[in-house]
Amino acid sequence: MEILFLLIPLSVVLVLLILIGLWWAIDKGQFEHLDAEGERILRHE
Amino acid sequence: MNSITETTYSDTVVRQFTLMTVVWGVVGMLVGLIIAAQLAWPELNFGIPWFSYGRLRPLHTNAVIFAFGGCALFATSYYVVQRTGQTRLFAPGLAAFTFWGWQAVILAAAISLPLGYTSGKEYAELEWPIDILITVVWVSYAIVFFGTVVKRKVSHIYVANWFYGAFILTVAVLHLVNSAAVPAGMMKSYSAYAGVQDAMVQWWYGHNAVGFFLTAGFLGMMYYFIPKQAERPVYSYRLSIVHFWALIFTYMWAGPHHLHYTALPDWTQSLGMVFSLILLAPSWGGMINGIMTLSGAWHKLRDDPVLRFMIVSLSFYGMSTFEGPMMSIKTVNALSHYTDWTVGHVHSGALGWVGLVSMGAVYFLVPRLFGQKKMHSVPAIELHFWTATIGIVLYISAMWIAGVMQGLMWRAINEDGTLTYTFVESVKATYPYYVVRVVGGALYLFGMVVMLWNVMMTAFKGKVIAIPIPAVVAHA
Repeated sequence: MEILFLLIPLSVVLVLLILIGLWWAIDKGQFEHLDAEGERILRHE
Repeated sequence: MNSITETTYSDTVVRQFTLMTVVWGVVGMLVGLIIAAQLAWPELNFGIPWFSYGRLRPLHTNAVIFAFGGCALFATSYYVVQRTGQTRLFAPGLAAFTFWGWQAVILAAAISLPLGYTSGKEYAELEWPIDILITVVWVSYAIVFFGTVVKRKVSHIYVANWFYGAFILTVAVLHLVNSAAVPAGMMKSYSAYAGVQDAMVQWWYGHNAVGFFLTAGFLGMMYYFIPKQAERPVYSYRLSIVHFWALIFTYMWAGPHHLHYTALPDWTQSLGMVFSLILLAPSWGGMINGIMTLSGAWHKLRDDPVLRFMIVSLSFYGMSTFEGPMMSIKTVNALSHYTDWTVGHVHSGALGWVGLVSMGAVYFLVPRLFGQKKMHSVPAIELHFWTATIGIVLYISAMWIAGVMQGLMWRAINEDGTLTYTFVESVKATYPYYVVRVVGGALYLFGMVVMLWNVMMTAFKGKVIAIPIPAVVAHA
Protein backbone atom coordinates (compact mmCIF):
# COMPACT_ATOMS: atom_id res chain seq x y z
CA MET A 1 0.00 0.00 0.00
CA GLU A 2 2.90 2.32 -0.73
CA ILE A 3 0.51 4.64 -2.59
CA LEU A 4 -0.56 5.85 0.85
CA PHE A 5 2.79 7.60 1.14
CA LEU A 6 1.45 9.81 -1.64
CA LEU A 7 -2.25 9.90 -0.86
CA ILE A 8 -2.06 10.72 2.85
CA PRO A 9 0.38 13.65 2.61
CA LEU A 10 -1.53 14.90 -0.43
CA SER A 11 -4.78 14.75 1.51
CA VAL A 12 -3.22 16.55 4.47
CA VAL A 13 -1.98 19.32 2.17
CA LEU A 14 -5.44 19.60 0.64
CA VAL A 15 -7.10 19.79 4.06
CA LEU A 16 -4.61 22.52 5.01
CA LEU A 17 -5.48 24.46 1.87
CA ILE A 18 -9.16 24.06 2.66
CA LEU A 19 -8.62 25.34 6.20
CA ILE A 20 -6.63 28.31 4.88
CA GLY A 21 -9.46 29.08 2.49
CA LEU A 22 -11.97 28.88 5.31
CA TRP A 23 -9.89 31.15 7.55
CA TRP A 24 -9.48 33.67 4.72
CA ALA A 25 -13.23 33.73 4.11
CA ILE A 26 -14.05 34.31 7.77
CA ASP A 27 -11.37 37.00 8.02
CA LYS A 28 -12.65 38.83 4.95
CA GLY A 29 -16.20 38.92 6.28
CA GLN A 30 -17.59 36.54 3.68
CA PHE A 31 -20.01 35.13 6.24
CA GLU A 32 -21.55 38.44 7.35
CA HIS A 33 -25.03 39.63 6.24
CA LEU A 34 -25.82 36.23 4.73
CA ASP A 35 -29.55 36.74 4.18
CA ALA A 36 -28.98 39.98 2.31
CA GLU A 37 -26.32 38.33 0.16
CA GLY A 38 -28.66 35.47 -0.66
CA GLU A 39 -31.18 37.98 -2.00
CA ARG A 40 -28.70 40.17 -3.84
CA ILE A 41 -28.65 37.94 -6.94
CA LEU A 42 -32.39 38.50 -7.39
CA ARG A 43 -32.11 42.26 -7.55
CA HIS A 44 -30.22 43.32 -10.63
CA GLU A 45 -30.68 42.30 -14.29
CA MET B 1 -6.83 42.36 -21.89
CA ASN B 2 -9.39 44.38 -19.92
CA SER B 3 -11.48 46.87 -21.87
CA ILE B 4 -11.14 50.50 -20.92
CA THR B 5 -14.83 50.94 -20.23
CA GLU B 6 -16.16 47.81 -18.61
CA THR B 7 -19.83 48.31 -19.20
CA THR B 8 -21.06 45.02 -20.66
CA TYR B 9 -20.81 41.39 -19.68
CA SER B 10 -18.56 39.10 -21.71
CA ASP B 11 -21.16 36.62 -22.95
CA THR B 12 -19.83 35.43 -26.32
CA VAL B 13 -18.06 32.50 -24.69
CA VAL B 14 -21.16 31.78 -22.58
CA ARG B 15 -23.27 31.64 -25.74
CA GLN B 16 -20.78 29.34 -27.45
CA PHE B 17 -20.53 26.91 -24.56
CA THR B 18 -24.32 26.94 -24.03
CA LEU B 19 -25.03 25.94 -27.63
CA MET B 20 -22.36 23.24 -27.61
CA THR B 21 -23.80 21.85 -24.37
CA VAL B 22 -26.96 20.97 -26.26
CA VAL B 23 -25.12 19.68 -29.33
CA TRP B 24 -22.79 17.43 -27.32
CA GLY B 25 -25.75 16.30 -25.23
CA VAL B 26 -27.41 14.92 -28.34
CA VAL B 27 -24.16 13.33 -29.56
CA GLY B 28 -23.22 11.76 -26.23
CA MET B 29 -26.71 10.42 -25.59
CA LEU B 30 -26.92 9.03 -29.12
CA VAL B 31 -23.72 7.07 -28.55
CA GLY B 32 -25.25 5.91 -25.27
CA LEU B 33 -28.33 4.67 -27.11
CA ILE B 34 -26.16 2.84 -29.64
CA ILE B 35 -24.21 0.96 -26.98
CA ALA B 36 -27.39 0.20 -25.01
CA ALA B 37 -28.78 -1.32 -28.20
CA GLN B 38 -25.57 -3.27 -28.75
CA LEU B 39 -25.86 -4.86 -25.32
CA ALA B 40 -29.30 -6.14 -26.27
CA TRP B 41 -28.40 -6.93 -29.90
CA PRO B 42 -24.62 -7.45 -30.24
CA GLU B 43 -24.86 -7.76 -34.02
CA LEU B 44 -25.15 -3.98 -33.99
CA ASN B 45 -21.38 -3.62 -33.87
CA PHE B 46 -21.47 -4.75 -37.53
CA GLY B 47 -18.06 -6.36 -37.08
CA ILE B 48 -16.38 -2.95 -37.36
CA PRO B 49 -13.70 -2.26 -34.74
CA TRP B 50 -14.52 1.46 -34.54
CA PHE B 51 -18.13 0.64 -33.78
CA SER B 52 -17.52 -1.99 -31.14
CA TYR B 53 -18.96 -1.64 -27.64
CA GLY B 54 -15.55 -1.60 -25.97
CA ARG B 55 -14.48 1.45 -27.97
CA LEU B 56 -17.83 3.27 -28.02
CA ARG B 57 -18.50 3.04 -24.30
CA PRO B 58 -15.70 5.43 -23.28
CA LEU B 59 -16.76 7.69 -26.15
CA HIS B 60 -20.21 7.81 -24.55
CA THR B 61 -18.97 8.45 -21.02
CA ASN B 62 -16.47 11.10 -22.08
CA ALA B 63 -19.03 12.81 -24.32
CA VAL B 64 -21.77 13.03 -21.72
CA ILE B 65 -19.55 13.89 -18.76
CA PHE B 66 -16.90 16.13 -20.29
CA ALA B 67 -18.46 17.39 -23.50
CA PHE B 68 -22.09 17.81 -22.38
CA GLY B 69 -21.46 18.28 -18.65
CA GLY B 70 -18.21 20.15 -19.18
CA CYS B 71 -19.67 22.70 -21.59
CA ALA B 72 -22.63 23.21 -19.24
CA LEU B 73 -20.22 23.94 -16.39
CA PHE B 74 -18.07 26.28 -18.46
CA ALA B 75 -21.12 28.16 -19.76
CA THR B 76 -22.85 28.55 -16.42
CA SER B 77 -19.74 29.27 -14.35
CA TYR B 78 -18.67 32.02 -16.75
CA TYR B 79 -22.22 33.43 -16.61
CA VAL B 80 -22.63 33.19 -12.83
CA VAL B 81 -19.20 34.52 -11.84
CA GLN B 82 -19.83 37.65 -13.91
CA ARG B 83 -23.41 38.23 -12.73
CA THR B 84 -22.69 37.66 -9.03
CA GLY B 85 -19.55 39.77 -9.10
CA GLN B 86 -21.13 42.40 -11.37
CA THR B 87 -17.97 42.48 -13.43
CA ARG B 88 -16.79 41.40 -16.85
CA LEU B 89 -14.79 38.22 -17.31
CA PHE B 90 -11.08 38.45 -16.56
CA ALA B 91 -9.05 37.85 -19.74
CA PRO B 92 -11.91 37.23 -22.20
CA GLY B 93 -9.33 36.20 -24.82
CA LEU B 94 -8.18 33.39 -22.56
CA ALA B 95 -11.81 32.45 -21.99
CA ALA B 96 -12.21 32.19 -25.77
CA PHE B 97 -9.18 29.89 -25.81
CA THR B 98 -10.84 27.64 -23.21
CA PHE B 99 -13.83 27.27 -25.53
CA TRP B 100 -11.83 26.30 -28.63
CA GLY B 101 -9.37 24.26 -26.57
CA TRP B 102 -12.17 22.28 -24.94
CA GLN B 103 -13.80 21.60 -28.31
CA ALA B 104 -10.39 20.38 -29.56
CA VAL B 105 -10.17 18.00 -26.58
CA ILE B 106 -13.64 16.66 -27.41
CA LEU B 107 -12.76 16.18 -31.07
CA ALA B 108 -9.52 14.44 -30.14
CA ALA B 109 -11.54 12.11 -27.90
CA ALA B 110 -14.11 11.47 -30.64
CA ILE B 111 -11.32 10.41 -33.01
CA SER B 112 -8.92 8.58 -30.71
CA LEU B 113 -11.38 6.52 -28.69
CA PRO B 114 -13.07 4.70 -31.60
CA LEU B 115 -9.59 4.13 -33.04
CA GLY B 116 -8.87 2.18 -29.88
CA TYR B 117 -6.40 4.49 -28.17
CA THR B 118 -7.10 4.24 -24.47
CA SER B 119 -5.28 4.35 -21.15
CA GLY B 120 -7.82 1.88 -19.82
CA LYS B 121 -8.64 4.13 -16.86
CA GLU B 122 -12.33 4.79 -16.47
CA TYR B 123 -13.36 8.41 -17.20
CA ALA B 124 -9.64 9.07 -17.84
CA GLU B 125 -9.25 7.01 -21.03
CA LEU B 126 -7.75 9.78 -23.15
CA GLU B 127 -4.10 9.28 -23.97
CA TRP B 128 -1.29 11.52 -22.76
CA PRO B 129 -1.10 14.17 -25.51
CA ILE B 130 -4.79 14.94 -24.98
CA ASP B 131 -4.24 14.95 -21.21
CA ILE B 132 -1.67 17.71 -21.72
CA LEU B 133 -4.14 19.76 -23.76
CA ILE B 134 -6.74 19.26 -21.02
CA THR B 135 -4.24 20.57 -18.45
CA VAL B 136 -3.50 23.69 -20.52
CA VAL B 137 -7.22 24.41 -21.02
CA TRP B 138 -7.99 23.76 -17.36
CA VAL B 139 -5.25 26.06 -16.07
CA SER B 140 -6.60 28.76 -18.39
CA TYR B 141 -10.10 28.14 -17.05
CA ALA B 142 -8.87 28.54 -13.48
CA ILE B 143 -7.12 31.80 -14.39
CA VAL B 144 -10.25 33.22 -16.04
CA PHE B 145 -12.61 32.10 -13.27
CA PHE B 146 -10.53 33.09 -10.27
CA GLY B 147 -9.31 36.22 -12.03
CA THR B 148 -12.94 37.26 -12.39
CA VAL B 149 -13.59 36.51 -8.70
CA VAL B 150 -10.61 38.70 -7.77
CA LYS B 151 -11.84 41.65 -9.87
CA ARG B 152 -15.42 41.42 -8.58
CA LYS B 153 -17.27 44.62 -7.68
CA VAL B 154 -19.39 42.89 -5.02
CA SER B 155 -17.27 42.02 -2.00
CA HIS B 156 -19.31 38.96 -0.99
CA ILE B 157 -18.55 35.86 -3.03
CA TYR B 158 -21.91 34.26 -3.78
CA VAL B 159 -22.07 30.64 -2.66
CA ALA B 160 -22.35 29.23 -6.20
CA ASN B 161 -18.84 30.52 -6.91
CA TRP B 162 -17.44 28.54 -3.98
CA PHE B 163 -18.87 25.38 -5.51
CA TYR B 164 -17.54 26.24 -8.97
CA GLY B 165 -14.15 27.18 -7.52
CA ALA B 166 -13.84 23.95 -5.54
CA PHE B 167 -14.82 21.97 -8.64
CA ILE B 168 -12.20 23.70 -10.81
CA LEU B 169 -9.35 23.30 -8.32
CA THR B 170 -10.12 19.72 -7.34
CA VAL B 171 -10.56 18.51 -10.92
CA ALA B 172 -7.12 19.99 -11.69
CA VAL B 173 -5.53 17.97 -8.88
CA LEU B 174 -7.48 14.82 -9.78
CA HIS B 175 -6.52 15.04 -13.44
CA LEU B 176 -2.82 15.60 -12.75
CA VAL B 177 -2.51 12.81 -10.22
CA ASN B 178 -4.57 10.12 -11.96
CA SER B 179 -3.33 10.80 -15.48
CA ALA B 180 0.33 10.58 -14.47
CA ALA B 181 1.83 8.21 -16.98
CA VAL B 182 5.04 7.27 -18.76
CA PRO B 183 4.68 7.77 -22.54
CA ALA B 184 5.74 4.86 -24.73
CA GLY B 185 4.72 6.23 -28.11
CA MET B 186 2.65 9.08 -29.50
CA MET B 187 -0.63 7.60 -28.32
CA LYS B 188 0.50 5.00 -25.81
CA SER B 189 1.50 5.30 -22.18
CA TYR B 190 1.77 3.30 -18.98
CA SER B 191 0.25 4.46 -15.72
CA ALA B 192 2.67 5.80 -13.13
CA TYR B 193 0.98 3.46 -10.68
CA ALA B 194 0.45 -0.29 -10.70
CA GLY B 195 -1.79 -2.98 -9.32
CA VAL B 196 -4.06 -2.20 -6.40
CA GLN B 197 -2.25 1.13 -5.88
CA ASP B 198 -3.35 2.14 -9.38
CA ALA B 199 -6.85 0.97 -8.53
CA MET B 200 -6.90 3.14 -5.41
CA VAL B 201 -5.68 6.22 -7.32
CA GLN B 202 -8.12 5.49 -10.13
CA TRP B 203 -11.11 5.30 -7.81
CA TRP B 204 -9.98 8.23 -5.67
CA TYR B 205 -10.09 10.03 -9.00
CA GLY B 206 -13.28 8.35 -10.20
CA HIS B 207 -15.32 9.09 -7.17
CA ASN B 208 -14.06 12.64 -6.87
CA ALA B 209 -14.85 13.15 -10.53
CA VAL B 210 -18.42 12.35 -9.51
CA GLY B 211 -18.20 14.41 -6.32
CA PHE B 212 -16.60 17.51 -7.76
CA PHE B 213 -17.20 17.52 -11.51
CA LEU B 214 -20.71 16.06 -11.42
CA THR B 215 -21.82 17.25 -7.98
CA ALA B 216 -20.04 20.35 -6.66
CA GLY B 217 -19.97 22.01 -10.07
CA PHE B 218 -23.66 21.38 -10.69
CA LEU B 219 -24.61 22.40 -7.15
CA GLY B 220 -23.00 25.73 -8.03
CA MET B 221 -25.30 25.82 -11.05
CA MET B 222 -28.31 24.91 -8.90
CA TYR B 223 -27.62 27.56 -6.29
CA TYR B 224 -27.78 30.32 -8.87
CA PHE B 225 -30.37 29.21 -11.38
CA ILE B 226 -33.05 27.90 -9.00
CA PRO B 227 -33.29 31.13 -6.98
CA LYS B 228 -33.23 33.13 -10.22
CA GLN B 229 -35.93 31.04 -11.91
CA ALA B 230 -38.10 30.83 -8.77
CA GLU B 231 -37.45 34.50 -8.00
CA ARG B 232 -36.81 33.57 -4.39
CA PRO B 233 -33.55 33.51 -2.43
CA VAL B 234 -31.91 30.27 -1.37
CA TYR B 235 -33.94 28.80 1.50
CA SER B 236 -31.09 28.96 3.97
CA TYR B 237 -28.01 30.75 2.79
CA ARG B 238 -26.26 29.72 6.01
CA LEU B 239 -26.96 26.06 5.26
CA SER B 240 -25.55 26.44 1.76
CA ILE B 241 -22.21 27.52 3.21
CA VAL B 242 -22.13 24.83 5.90
CA HIS B 243 -22.96 21.99 3.54
CA PHE B 244 -20.43 23.27 1.02
CA TRP B 245 -17.55 22.82 3.45
CA ALA B 246 -18.90 19.51 4.77
CA LEU B 247 -19.40 18.18 1.24
CA ILE B 248 -15.99 19.03 -0.16
CA PHE B 249 -14.24 17.62 2.86
CA THR B 250 -16.15 14.34 3.00
CA TYR B 251 -16.17 13.53 -0.72
CA MET B 252 -12.40 13.10 -0.82
CA TRP B 253 -12.55 9.91 1.24
CA ALA B 254 -15.36 8.02 -0.48
CA GLY B 255 -13.35 6.48 -3.32
CA PRO B 256 -12.65 3.07 -1.75
CA HIS B 257 -16.33 2.13 -1.97
CA HIS B 258 -15.59 1.23 -5.59
CA LEU B 259 -13.14 -1.41 -4.38
CA HIS B 260 -15.04 -3.39 -1.76
CA TYR B 261 -13.95 -7.06 -1.51
CA THR B 262 -10.98 -6.46 -3.80
CA ALA B 263 -7.29 -6.58 -2.95
CA LEU B 264 -7.62 -3.14 -1.34
CA PRO B 265 -6.90 -3.42 2.41
CA ASP B 266 -9.95 -3.88 4.61
CA TRP B 267 -9.32 -0.73 6.64
CA THR B 268 -9.28 1.39 3.48
CA GLN B 269 -12.54 -0.17 2.35
CA SER B 270 -14.12 0.57 5.74
CA LEU B 271 -12.87 4.17 5.67
CA GLY B 272 -14.48 4.67 2.27
CA MET B 273 -17.71 3.09 3.45
CA VAL B 274 -17.96 5.26 6.58
CA PHE B 275 -17.26 8.52 4.76
CA SER B 276 -19.70 7.57 2.02
CA LEU B 277 -22.40 7.15 4.65
CA ILE B 278 -21.51 10.46 6.32
CA LEU B 279 -21.76 12.09 2.88
CA LEU B 280 -25.51 11.53 2.91
CA ALA B 281 -25.91 14.43 5.36
CA PRO B 282 -24.28 17.30 3.44
CA SER B 283 -25.73 16.01 0.17
CA TRP B 284 -29.26 16.08 1.52
CA GLY B 285 -28.56 19.48 3.05
CA GLY B 286 -28.04 20.75 -0.46
CA MET B 287 -31.09 18.99 -1.82
CA ILE B 288 -33.39 20.26 0.91
CA ASN B 289 -31.99 23.76 0.57
CA GLY B 290 -32.65 23.82 -3.15
CA ILE B 291 -36.14 22.33 -2.99
CA MET B 292 -37.25 24.45 -0.01
CA THR B 293 -36.22 27.56 -1.96
CA LEU B 294 -39.66 27.08 -3.51
CA SER B 295 -41.25 27.57 -0.10
CA GLY B 296 -44.19 29.91 -0.70
CA ALA B 297 -43.81 29.51 -4.44
CA TRP B 298 -44.80 25.88 -5.07
CA HIS B 299 -47.58 27.05 -7.39
CA LYS B 300 -44.93 28.13 -9.89
CA LEU B 301 -44.22 24.47 -10.62
CA ARG B 302 -47.66 24.17 -12.22
CA ASP B 303 -46.94 26.59 -15.02
CA ASP B 304 -43.17 26.73 -15.31
CA PRO B 305 -41.56 23.66 -16.89
CA VAL B 306 -38.09 25.18 -16.57
CA LEU B 307 -38.48 25.33 -12.80
CA ARG B 308 -39.82 21.78 -12.89
CA PHE B 309 -36.61 20.58 -14.57
CA MET B 310 -34.61 22.15 -11.78
CA ILE B 311 -36.69 20.86 -8.86
CA VAL B 312 -37.07 17.33 -10.24
CA SER B 313 -33.32 17.26 -10.79
CA LEU B 314 -32.93 17.81 -7.05
CA SER B 315 -35.30 14.93 -6.30
CA PHE B 316 -33.11 12.62 -8.35
CA TYR B 317 -30.07 14.13 -6.65
CA GLY B 318 -31.58 13.24 -3.28
CA MET B 319 -32.41 9.75 -4.49
CA SER B 320 -28.93 9.11 -5.85
CA THR B 321 -27.21 10.51 -2.77
CA PHE B 322 -29.26 8.14 -0.64
CA GLU B 323 -28.75 5.17 -2.92
CA GLY B 324 -25.00 5.78 -3.17
CA PRO B 325 -24.30 5.58 0.57
CA MET B 326 -26.51 2.49 0.78
CA MET B 327 -24.51 0.84 -1.99
CA SER B 328 -21.30 1.82 -0.19
CA ILE B 329 -22.19 -0.48 2.69
CA LYS B 330 -20.02 -3.55 2.20
CA THR B 331 -22.80 -6.11 2.60
CA VAL B 332 -25.00 -4.26 0.12
CA ASN B 333 -22.07 -3.84 -2.21
CA ALA B 334 -21.42 -7.57 -2.10
CA LEU B 335 -24.69 -7.90 -4.00
CA SER B 336 -24.52 -4.79 -6.20
CA HIS B 337 -20.90 -4.72 -7.34
CA TYR B 338 -20.37 -5.51 -11.05
CA THR B 339 -24.14 -5.62 -11.62
CA ASP B 340 -26.40 -3.31 -13.57
CA TRP B 341 -27.59 -1.79 -10.29
CA THR B 342 -24.41 0.29 -10.43
CA VAL B 343 -25.34 1.37 -13.94
CA GLY B 344 -28.83 2.28 -12.73
CA HIS B 345 -27.37 4.31 -9.89
CA VAL B 346 -24.99 6.16 -12.20
CA HIS B 347 -27.78 7.02 -14.60
CA SER B 348 -30.25 8.20 -11.98
CA GLY B 349 -27.56 10.68 -10.96
CA ALA B 350 -26.47 11.44 -14.52
CA LEU B 351 -29.83 11.65 -16.30
CA GLY B 352 -31.82 12.71 -13.27
CA TRP B 353 -29.56 15.20 -11.52
CA VAL B 354 -26.85 16.35 -13.93
CA GLY B 355 -28.98 16.16 -17.08
CA LEU B 356 -32.11 17.83 -15.78
CA VAL B 357 -30.39 20.66 -13.88
CA SER B 358 -28.26 21.42 -16.96
CA MET B 359 -31.35 21.48 -19.15
CA GLY B 360 -33.08 23.82 -16.70
CA ALA B 361 -30.08 26.14 -16.61
CA VAL B 362 -29.75 26.16 -20.42
CA TYR B 363 -33.48 26.92 -20.84
CA PHE B 364 -32.95 29.84 -18.45
CA LEU B 365 -29.87 31.08 -20.31
CA VAL B 366 -30.83 30.74 -23.98
CA PRO B 367 -33.61 33.37 -24.12
CA ARG B 368 -31.47 35.83 -22.18
CA LEU B 369 -28.39 35.21 -24.33
CA PHE B 370 -30.39 35.86 -27.50
CA GLY B 371 -32.43 38.87 -26.41
CA GLN B 372 -35.71 36.95 -26.11
CA LYS B 373 -38.30 36.94 -23.35
CA LYS B 374 -38.75 33.18 -23.50
CA MET B 375 -37.85 30.06 -25.45
CA HIS B 376 -39.30 29.68 -28.97
CA SER B 377 -41.72 27.00 -27.74
CA VAL B 378 -42.74 26.52 -24.10
CA PRO B 379 -44.91 23.43 -24.94
CA ALA B 380 -41.72 21.87 -26.34
CA ILE B 381 -40.07 22.36 -22.94
CA GLU B 382 -43.05 20.54 -21.38
CA LEU B 383 -42.69 17.70 -23.91
CA HIS B 384 -38.98 17.50 -23.16
CA PHE B 385 -39.62 17.39 -19.42
CA TRP B 386 -42.10 14.52 -19.60
CA THR B 387 -40.16 12.40 -22.10
CA ALA B 388 -36.97 12.90 -20.12
CA THR B 389 -38.60 11.98 -16.80
CA ILE B 390 -40.39 8.92 -18.16
CA GLY B 391 -37.18 7.89 -19.91
CA ILE B 392 -35.25 8.14 -16.66
CA VAL B 393 -37.81 6.09 -14.72
CA LEU B 394 -37.81 3.32 -17.35
CA TYR B 395 -34.02 3.30 -17.45
CA ILE B 396 -33.37 3.09 -13.76
CA SER B 397 -36.12 0.64 -12.87
CA ALA B 398 -34.94 -1.71 -15.63
CA MET B 399 -31.40 -1.52 -14.26
CA TRP B 400 -32.49 -1.97 -10.65
CA ILE B 401 -34.38 -5.13 -11.43
CA ALA B 402 -31.60 -6.44 -13.67
CA GLY B 403 -28.93 -5.59 -11.13
CA VAL B 404 -30.52 -7.20 -8.11
CA MET B 405 -31.41 -10.22 -10.22
CA GLN B 406 -27.82 -10.55 -11.41
CA GLY B 407 -26.48 -10.23 -7.86
CA LEU B 408 -28.85 -12.89 -6.59
CA MET B 409 -28.20 -15.25 -9.49
CA TRP B 410 -24.44 -14.97 -9.17
CA ARG B 411 -24.46 -15.86 -5.48
CA ALA B 412 -27.04 -18.64 -5.63
CA ILE B 413 -25.51 -21.96 -4.63
CA ASN B 414 -26.91 -25.46 -4.58
CA GLU B 415 -26.94 -27.68 -1.56
CA ASP B 416 -23.70 -29.29 -2.62
CA GLY B 417 -22.01 -25.87 -2.78
CA THR B 418 -21.90 -25.57 -6.56
CA LEU B 419 -23.16 -22.48 -8.34
CA THR B 420 -26.81 -22.69 -9.34
CA TYR B 421 -26.49 -20.56 -12.47
CA THR B 422 -23.89 -20.21 -15.17
CA PHE B 423 -22.87 -16.67 -15.97
CA VAL B 424 -24.42 -16.82 -19.41
CA GLU B 425 -27.77 -17.68 -17.84
CA SER B 426 -27.68 -14.35 -16.01
CA VAL B 427 -26.85 -12.61 -19.28
CA LYS B 428 -29.83 -14.24 -20.95
CA ALA B 429 -32.12 -13.29 -18.06
CA THR B 430 -30.98 -9.67 -18.34
CA TYR B 431 -32.02 -9.35 -21.99
CA PRO B 432 -35.55 -7.94 -21.52
CA TYR B 433 -34.22 -5.28 -19.15
CA TYR B 434 -31.63 -4.23 -21.70
CA VAL B 435 -34.48 -3.73 -24.16
CA VAL B 436 -36.46 -1.60 -21.68
CA ARG B 437 -33.30 0.42 -21.07
CA VAL B 438 -33.01 1.11 -24.79
CA VAL B 439 -36.59 2.47 -24.74
CA GLY B 440 -35.86 4.66 -21.70
CA GLY B 441 -32.67 5.98 -23.22
CA ALA B 442 -34.38 6.62 -26.56
CA LEU B 443 -37.02 8.73 -24.82
CA TYR B 444 -34.33 10.72 -23.03
CA LEU B 445 -32.45 11.29 -26.30
CA PHE B 446 -35.70 12.29 -28.03
CA GLY B 447 -36.21 14.95 -25.37
CA MET B 448 -32.69 16.23 -26.00
CA VAL B 449 -33.37 16.46 -29.75
CA VAL B 450 -36.53 18.47 -29.03
CA MET B 451 -34.37 20.76 -26.89
CA LEU B 452 -31.84 21.17 -29.69
CA TRP B 453 -34.63 22.20 -32.07
CA ASN B 454 -36.07 24.62 -29.51
CA VAL B 455 -32.67 26.17 -28.77
CA MET B 456 -31.82 26.56 -32.46
CA MET B 457 -35.18 28.20 -33.19
CA THR B 458 -34.74 30.61 -30.29
CA ALA B 459 -31.18 31.46 -31.34
CA PHE B 460 -32.08 31.97 -35.03
CA LYS B 461 -34.88 34.40 -34.35
CA GLY B 462 -33.04 36.09 -31.51
CA LYS B 463 -30.44 38.80 -31.57
CA VAL B 464 -27.20 39.05 -29.70
CA ILE B 465 -27.11 42.22 -27.65
CA ALA B 466 -24.47 43.18 -25.14
CA ILE B 467 -25.91 43.20 -21.65
CA PRO B 468 -24.86 46.17 -19.52
CA ILE B 469 -23.41 45.56 -16.09
CA PRO B 470 -25.54 47.28 -13.45
CA ALA B 471 -23.85 49.52 -10.92
CA VAL B 472 -23.30 47.94 -7.52
CA VAL B 473 -25.85 49.10 -4.95
CA ALA B 474 -24.90 48.86 -1.28
CA HIS B 475 -27.39 46.68 0.62
CA ALA B 476 -29.23 47.73 3.73
